[in-house]
Amino acid sequence: MGNYAHPEVLVTTEWVAQHATDPAVRVAEVDVDTAAYNEGHVPGALGWAWNTQLCDTVRRDILSKQQFEELMASSGITNDTTVVLYGDNNNWFAAWAAWQMKIYGHRDVRIMNGGRKKWLAEGRELSTQVPQPARTTYRASDADLSLRAFLPQVQDAMKGRTAGLVDVRSPQEFTGEILAPPGLPETCQRGGHIPGARSIPWGKACNDDGTFKSFDELKALYGAEGIDGSRPVIAYCRIGERSSHTWFVLKYLLGYGDVKNYDGSWTEWGNLVGAPIEKGAAVAAA
Amino acid sequence: MKPQDYSERKVEVNGWPVNLASYRVGNVYHCKADNVSPGAAIARSTGSTREEAEEKALARARELLARTRRQKV
Repeated sequence: MGNYAHPEVLVTTEWVAQHATDPAVRVAEVDVDTAAYNEGHVPGALGWAWNTQLCDTVRRDILSKQQFEELMASSGITNDTTVVLYGDNNNWFAAWAAWQMKIYGHRDVRIMNGGRKKWLAEGRELSTQVPQPARTTYRASDADLSLRAFLPQVQDAMKGRTAGLVDVRSPQEFTGEILAPPGLPETCQRGGHIPGARSIPWGKACNDDGTFKSFDELKALYGAEGIDGSRPVIAYCRIGERSSHTWFVLKYLLGYGDVKNYDGSWTEWGNLVGAPIEKGAAVAAA
Repeated sequence: MKPQDYSERKVEVNGWPVNLASYRVGNVYHCKADNVSPGAAIARSTGSTREEAEEKALARARELLARTRRQKV
């Protein structure tokens, strides 16, 4: 899989077609909900809904360790299972699931390169059967918070320029022209971006067929904005799912050491009383 | 079952670019409308023809995109 820093985190659609029902492999389609999954999915794949299964549904947070263990156990996943994630929107929400699985220490998590889009475009088999896996016992590690940024860390990074802030939203969200992606509900009081952030929309990391761009292309894309792995990076978007895609690219495809996803993202920063905000296009990278 | 005739095309709705991705499974066409930048799905629909599925998705996309306000920067 190319010359990525960690090529083992990606699998091809062909690999999934060959291995989706292997006992040591569990495939899950991840999306904001299961509407696409219900149309038909990779045979043997589970459907995970971001809005009900991959977030705490009461307070705004990722799953607790206990909730995560329950999801894994009910999905028939053991600590040794190879988990392959894919989804719509070039794997937006699959990356969110991968990020959370890494936070809780799952060893072998992979993403199907190209996601649902490539699977459909290639005319591969679909199933509407929902698997009923046998329950397992799963023991998660304590949360690895080196992968997650909280507000104080982002504030410190902004003030001290101690980390590269990457805003992966669309250019119009970055400038403040719109408060949410077109067609979606506005979820913040103010538009704009965190002062000093670089605008590198998440989708620039993908080819037209949904696969990731090559190592060299990705390195050039982020490097042109001063994101070259020489200092810590914090990625953010609106609610943290698009930025988990960029987190995956920087952490695993480019192999940068200190990369965090700020899942509070713009819905936190853009609603804070007194938070500094920049509007308009970014100035050129230094 | 296998998806067939997957295709994508871009249109403009209320001044916003929209990508329509559609495919057929058996006798049913599925269509998804996304907002191109950033690419979020804003409508899904089905129909007995591609045109019908696309029109339903576009109708919902029109409704949602009409609510998006542009701010002065």
